[in-house]
Amino acid sequence: MMASVNLTAADVKEGDELPPLSHAVTATTVVLGAMASRDWRPMHHDKEFAIHRNGVKDIFINTPNNAAWFERYITDWTGPKGRLGRMKFKMKRPVFPGDTMVFNGRVVRMSVDDSGCQWVELEVTVSVDGQVNTECQARVAIPCDPHDNPWQRKASRWQP
Amino acid sequence: MAVDIPQNVQDLIGKPQYEEKTEFPIEVGYVFNTCAAVQNGNPIYWDAEVADQIVGGRIAPPTMLSVWFRPHYWSPGAEGERTALQTHFDLKRLLDLPEAIVSGNEAAFGEPVRMGDTLTTRQIVRSVSEFKQTKLGQGRFWTIDVETYNQHGEWVGTESYTCLGYRRQEVAA
Repeated sequence: MMASVNLTAADVKEGDELPPLSHAVTATTVVLGAMASRDWRPMHHDKEFAIHRNGVKDIFINTPNNAAWFERYITDWTGPKGRLGRMKFKMKRPVFPGDTMVFNGRVVRMSVDDSGCQWVELEVTVSVDGQVNTECQARVAIPCDPHDNPWQRKASRWQP
Repeated sequence: MAVDIPQNVQDLIGKPQYEEKTEFPIEVGYVFNTCAAVQNGNPIYWDAEVADQIVGGRIAPPTMLSVWFRPHYWSPGAEGERTALQTHFDLKRLLDLPEAIVSGNEAAFGEPVRMGDTLTTRQIVRSVSEFKQTKLGQGRFWTIDVETYNQHGEWVGTESYTCLGYRRQEVAA
């Protein structure tokens, strides 16, 4: 299990870059993600279907698995107290077996809401061969200080 | 609203549909599968003691929200292919657009989903575009919200899907 980091507001500033993450995608990567997300649609496991019905070159990573990769990338950076509030992404090109996904991220804004929650707005991309395949905007809460824990926020104290 | 949308599709916009409960209580096996698929080593999903300390017990990753509502591929008595996001397939049929892809996804996350929770969801068509020419073919974009609550009536999240339904380009011989 990875060593646990616990980022707090003092550790982050606007413009910071997240460490890149690289992953070589195989057919197994695609199928594992589709099955884990209970997505049985054939374009995520049946190459013939993907080619002849979807008009693409191979099976490709499905939407919920794309989200799971983004979540993993972001919380690798924040540590376990990082709590996702919102995530939006746009898939411009599918990710296929044989591609190497490279995740990059940047802190675009930091803010504290009226309940005292520390928010970090991120721009994250997945690129293959230097071209952006998916763009993501995420809003994640991190501790204001070492004693804070965003996971303890409920109701009006949680404003994603 | 685009003027060329059929009335039976316009009638669906803004109307909550397909309220349904999860077919099984939220369970840790799928959490492990999801984390393994993306090599997510976050200890709140793997270590019960850390989960207790930080989140008050085991939870599911927020981005798994849609996972709990996809039906089993087969179940006793079910006929034909069982599909999640039924409003999406309804729109494909009503608009006579045989192919479709999800082109965008937005989600907001509320109360954490905990092991043993029973969730309820409902789908709401928010918009349907006029016909557009895209690289894949001529089609329409539509947006569907999926709102989810837990057994205590607490909001656990909303996912918003933007989809493109289309007809494939005919290739000249």
